[in-house]
Amino acid sequence: MKLINTIKGEMDESLLEKRTGEIDDDNEFTQWIEYWLEDELVHRSVHVQLKKNVVTDSVAALF
Amino acid sequence: MANTQNFCNQAKVDIMNGLHAMGTSVARAGTTKDDYYAALYLVSATRGAGDTVYNTSGEVSGTNYNPGGVIITTATGPTLTSTTAHFTPSESIVFSNVTLAVAFDAVLIYNNTSATKLALSVHTFGSQTVTAGDFTLTMPTDDDATGLIRIA
Repeated sequence: MKLINTIKGEMDESLLEKRTGEIDDDNEFTQWIEYWLEDELVHRSVHVQLKKNVVTDSVAALF
Repeated sequence: MANTQNFCNQAKVDIMNGLHAMGTSVARAGTTKDDYYAALYLVSATRGAGDTVYNTSGEVSGTNYNPGGVIITTATGPTLTSTTAHFTPSESIVFSNVTLAVAFDAVLIYNNTSATKLALSVHTFGSQTVTAGDFTLTMPTDDDATGLIRIA
């Protein structure tokens, strides 16, 4: 039995509907897991892997 | 061998480590590294390159989210690879067991040791919400090609 933390407290995973999704583009690889109790979203976790970064170019002036 | 005009590679790391002060600087309490935090921002916020300090405007709120966000683990300091200095948090940034019902899409990394909480960088991602769950930001490989913050 796997327990899922939800807005209603811990619930047995077998009582819930599991839905998953992902985004994979140049900026990120993101996955999420949702658990639904009938028509109510009771749990949603998100994992974002960043790909695009912050770069500063250094320049020494020519003179 | 001829002289070559350029920005010195090690200076890129030294800037990241606060060893240069070409303008008015601050008296530091010691030589230890600063603490950096990560705060999350709503889709409606306007965080970006113009930020100078941590700002509560547009920050997310919700169950188990503390204003100001969470501390970042920085076990590895800035490193020079080839001609690029790079710095990346050494562990994923995790907001545990939170409920953030209003969509958010950005994280601000800022210096929590500095008196004014100086802004460092803003990173965006697809709009998300979290319900009684974890929000995890996993870092890219810390090198000259993908490190989170780089001076090239």
